[in-house]
Amino acid sequence: MASVEQVIAGREIVICAGSGGVGKTTTSAAIALGMAARGKKVCVLTIDPAKRLADSLGLKELGNEASKVDPKLLREQGVDPEPGGELWAMMLDAKETFDALVARHAEDAEARDRVLNNRIYQQISGALAGSQEYMAMEKLFELHSEGRFDLLVLDTPPSRNALDFLDAPKRLTQFIEGKSLQVFIRPTGLAARVASRGTGVVLSVLKRIVGFDLLADLSEFFTAFSGMIDGFQDRAHRVSALLGDDRTSFLIVCGPQGEPIEEAVFFHSKLVENGMNFGGVVVNRVRYRLGTHQVKVGDLAKRIDAEIDDGDLSGRLARNLAEYDVLAVRDQKNIEQLRDAMNGEPVIRVPYLDTDVHDIAGLCQINQFLFTDEEERVRQATS
Amino acid sequence: MNTFIPDFLDKRLLFVTGKGGVGKTTVAMALGIRAAMEGKRTIVCEVAATENASRLFAQAEVGFREVELANDLWAISIDPDESMREYVLLQLKVKAMRDLLFRSRMFTYLAAATPGLNELVTIGKIWELAQLDRKVKHGIKYDLVIVDAPATGHGISFLQTPRTFASIARVGPIHSQALQLEAMITDHEQTGTVIVSLPEEMPVNETARLESELSSDIGIAIDRVVMNALYPDAFSKSDVKTFGKLKKSDDAEVRAAGRAAASQATRAAAQREQLARLEEMVRAEVTTLPYIFKPELDLKAARKLAEEIA
Repeated sequence: MASVEQVIAGREIVICAGSGGVGKTTTSAAIALGMAARGKKVCVLTIDPAKRLADSLGLKELGNEASKVDPKLLREQGVDPEPGGELWAMMLDAKETFDALVARHAEDAEARDRVLNNRIYQQISGALAGSQEYMAMEKLFELHSEGRFDLLVLDTPPSRNALDFLDAPKRLTQFIEGKSLQVFIRPTGLAARVASRGTGVVLSVLKRIVGFDLLADLSEFFTAFSGMIDGFQDRAHRVSALLGDDRTSFLIVCGPQGEPIEEAVFFHSKLVENGMNFGGVVVNRVRYRLGTHQVKVGDLAKRIDAEIDDGDLSGRLARNLAEYDVLAVRDQKNIEQLRDAMNGEPVIRVPYLDTDVHDIAGLCQINQFLFTDEEERVRQATS
Repeated sequence: MNTFIPDFLDKRLLFVTGKGGVGKTTVAMALGIRAAMEGKRTIVCEVAATENASRLFAQAEVGFREVELANDLWAISIDPDESMREYVLLQLKVKAMRDLLFRSRMFTYLAAATPGLNELVTIGKIWELAQLDRKVKHGIKYDLVIVDAPATGHGISFLQTPRTFASIARVGPIHSQALQLEAMITDHEQTGTVIVSLPEEMPVNETARLESELSSDIGIAIDRVVMNALYPDAFSKSDVKTFGKLKKSDDAEVRAAGRAAASQATRAAAQREQLARLEEMVRAEVTTLPYIFKPELDLKAARKLAEEIA
């Protein structure tokens, strides 16, 4: 089966999606490194990289700008990119991106400051559900329009489930163009009534439940924001369109346990439903089955004992293989189910390595599996 | 099993938190099972609508109602919309006023538009469950409320919500409610947290950062750090040397045993280093839980973890 290079061939944007703790950041960085080695100018965008990985890429400062990874660091690990190949990385700052958007769409400096200084906005820009996800896309859109890179790899923000990411533009546009906003800002809306200290029954009940000043703050926020709606709306639609564009491909990253696999299958169906381009699934930390799979603990222990002459250790070694095999069988079964559900779409298995990956050397190790075909993967993982 | 009750299970409210994928739900359930074994009426709250508890106990979906999973062990999945409804019911005693509000589209939109309100009413519901004298209909008294909190990133802002609201709403009912919730969260006698970690570099770093943020930014007590899924220290250095020879065996199965053991030993050693780092980096006491060599966590394994957790 295909290597990741074939899976993303011709794409300009690769979005790595999946739930938390499955190795999305590592996979994104590994793909970016591998494509840079193959002569592409690549930028990986991530929200919160592991400190050691960031250090190893030489990214000391948190900034909202792309910075180039020193080719010397790559050469030290034996990565000598083909001509034109460059690796860039960027740590996304959702709040800064949101502030920049507000500045872009505000009519004037006063309108901008009214929003930026509003306490509701300060809360919203960091905490509104989906704002991190949306801002990641926003930055992706910006970088893509600039056309500086051959390939952008987005490591999606850690969320409960992958779907949060896909829903983010919708949720944000619903929020800003939705009825809730209209309720506030139309001439007879809540904002006007709060401002004029209106006395309607609903308003008085709301005041009782929510409190007057919170209502006033919300009204002020929505009023200040109302001038920017058109700009935001238009932008969000263009960001959405880019996600569904042929130049974009989604990779699902998951682990081999039952739940992550089920989620990957579900997410795949949602991607298809939403007309997104699906590239394939990367399953991390897979235990490949070792040996001939005919483990009978007692018999195996005897065969080991014949070679090392240590009965106690031989027993422990045989039991250890049996324990390992229980998990390897589980992984195999889950991945078979995944393959069935994927209808022939690529499934790339990265083995559970003996050591954790947090530097360029580790990424290279992963790339030996990502950038090769299935036959070679199995050979490497089991020999 | 011993009958020593760890002091943190004597609290009324425990938040179980940590990075995504470290096993928060498993630890929350293990703590719940343990507390119930000790005779405490315990409820485990899920806030992310994941329904893991019902999976483990082969129950139909739990949903927004208190369901008894086993003797003294209850579960609820907290839904923000339902929590909001319940809150309004408790706040407005006059039925006509409630009906008016629920019918008002303005209220629906306001609830949807206010950032953080979902988190606030969720914490409000948790507070309600922890009350000795509950005002909701048929509310029973729990000795311990365990919350399977959202993953960090979301987790810290989740616990920060009451303080944020207390400052956004300077006066009024939301302000006083938010203050009350904040007081509950920061009450070290009654409320605590358990941070779940894994024996790997990134989760260990995250745990140390989380501990410091939770205690300095939120002011909540950190009772325990749980190092989850620790491999057994199965092979000694001389074992490793001995089974190294198996690489050259002609028997494929024997070679496989050598290879599996080498992986195990490398992982186990690296994990011990991470455990040592964690113990060095955090102030709270560290408890370890063994790796479960099973395809999926079942009830039997959860009970084993419940025994190990204290």
